Amino acid sequence: MKIKKNVAVSESGYIFNPSTGESFSVNPSGIEIFNMVKEQKSYEEISAHFLKKYNTDKDTFEKDYNDFIGMLNHYLLLEKDHAEEN
Amino acid sequence: MPKKINIAVTGLNAIDSPGPGIAVIRGLREAKSFDVRIIGLAYESLEPGIYMHDLIDKTYQIPYPSTGTDSLLKRLEYIQEQENLDVIIPNFDAELFPFIKLSPKLKEMGISTFLPTESQFEERHKINLPDFGKKYNIRVPHSKAIFSTVEIPGLVQEFNYPLVVKGKYYDAEIAHTPEQVQAYFTKISNKWGLPIIIQQYVKGTEYNATGLGDGKGNAISIVPMRKQYITDKGKAWGGISIDEEEIFNLTRHFIKTTKWRGGFELELIKDFSNSFYLLEVNPRMPAWIYLSVGVGQNIPEALVNLALEEKVEPYTDFAVGKMFIRYSYDMIVDVEEFHKISTLGEL
Repeated sequence: MKIKKNVAVSESGYIFNPSTGESFSVNPSGIEIFNMVKEQKSYEEISAHFLKKYNTDKDTFEKDYNDFIGMLNHYLLLEKDHAEEN
Repeated sequence: MPKKINIAVTGLNAIDSPGPGIAVIRGLREAKSFDVRIIGLAYESLEPGIYMHDLIDKTYQIPYPSTGTDSLLKRLEYIQEQENLDVIIPNFDAELFPFIKLSPKLKEMGISTFLPTESQFEERHKINLPDFGKKYNIRVPHSKAIFSTVEIPGLVQEFNYPLVVKGKYYDAEIAHTPEQVQAYFTKISNKWGLPIIIQQYVKGTEYNATGLGDGKGNAISIVPMRKQYITDKGKAWGGISIDEEEIFNLTRHFIKTTKWRGGFELELIKDFSNSFYLLEVNPRMPAWIYLSVGVGQNIPEALVNLALEEKVEPYTDFAVGKMFIRYSYDMIVDVEEFHKISTLGEL
């Protein structure tokens, strides 16, 4: 999965999509996931990072991760080919 | 020291549904290739621009387009004697036709314009949009012109409700029933005359693109924008510059195939299958044209240079994510100024 190359998140958690002009805000965990996906980290790497850093379990993280990726997909923030993978 | 040129500008009605004049003037004031003296041309004595003396050096009242080109020409001849104009930029749809007609005479008087040709102006008209779409291979919603309320019941044969009821020049309302079409037909035709245009409603997100064509098929500027805040009249009160490849492609295609001459605004809508439809072609710069200056493409300046037959290089870059946020502002004006423009027609 790949986030569109011109989409970025600010330090305060604002995501701006320059193609559509839409802005979205995400919480600090969202910023972390967004940046790790942007850096093309695998699901396993991201999951390991969150399980180590936060008090959560594997199933809860998987569900939250899928919800988040689903939102990125819904708002057209993923590259087309990769969006179809989800 | 850049040369000083005298430019007359219309559309000084900086109201809730503003004319583009003030935004155009701000661009001209910030031009790097020339210095300006700005002459305002106003129809009504309460157009706010008349009283904005930091932007406009002098204003003249001009007759409404409906009074005919002779009276307009007469008035412009008088203004030319006083002001020695180099360029006129008309900014209203309704006045463009007389100015296009008069442009050869204006040229003889020493006044340049950079307007669409008569056929460009006519074929992009709302009434002609379906043919325009076919001719230039641009996706447009189905539409037709109607001249009487008798035609309303038959619309169900061609359209699905809701549909859009549009005026010849301005105004648009979304109608969900034939009764609403009837009401909007009466309201809009009373204001703008006939015909009324019925257009299939497309649900989606509104986008706009402004730009400048050199009349030979080349795009001098293209700036796409997404409306962020829309007034009850459907006007953008806030917007943001965006970088959407499909809008660039569509706009370049429009300029190339029509060989568009002058400034323009394309009104677009993206439906849920991500297809863009062209809703309207406005044959002049829009009221939000100052955003083009803000993102690094001074369209009013480039338009003046084209009018003066100067070489103009196409803009290639612009800032994405710049927003415009419109605001209203109360000026305090002495009643003498109002009396002067009302009685003498000059201020």
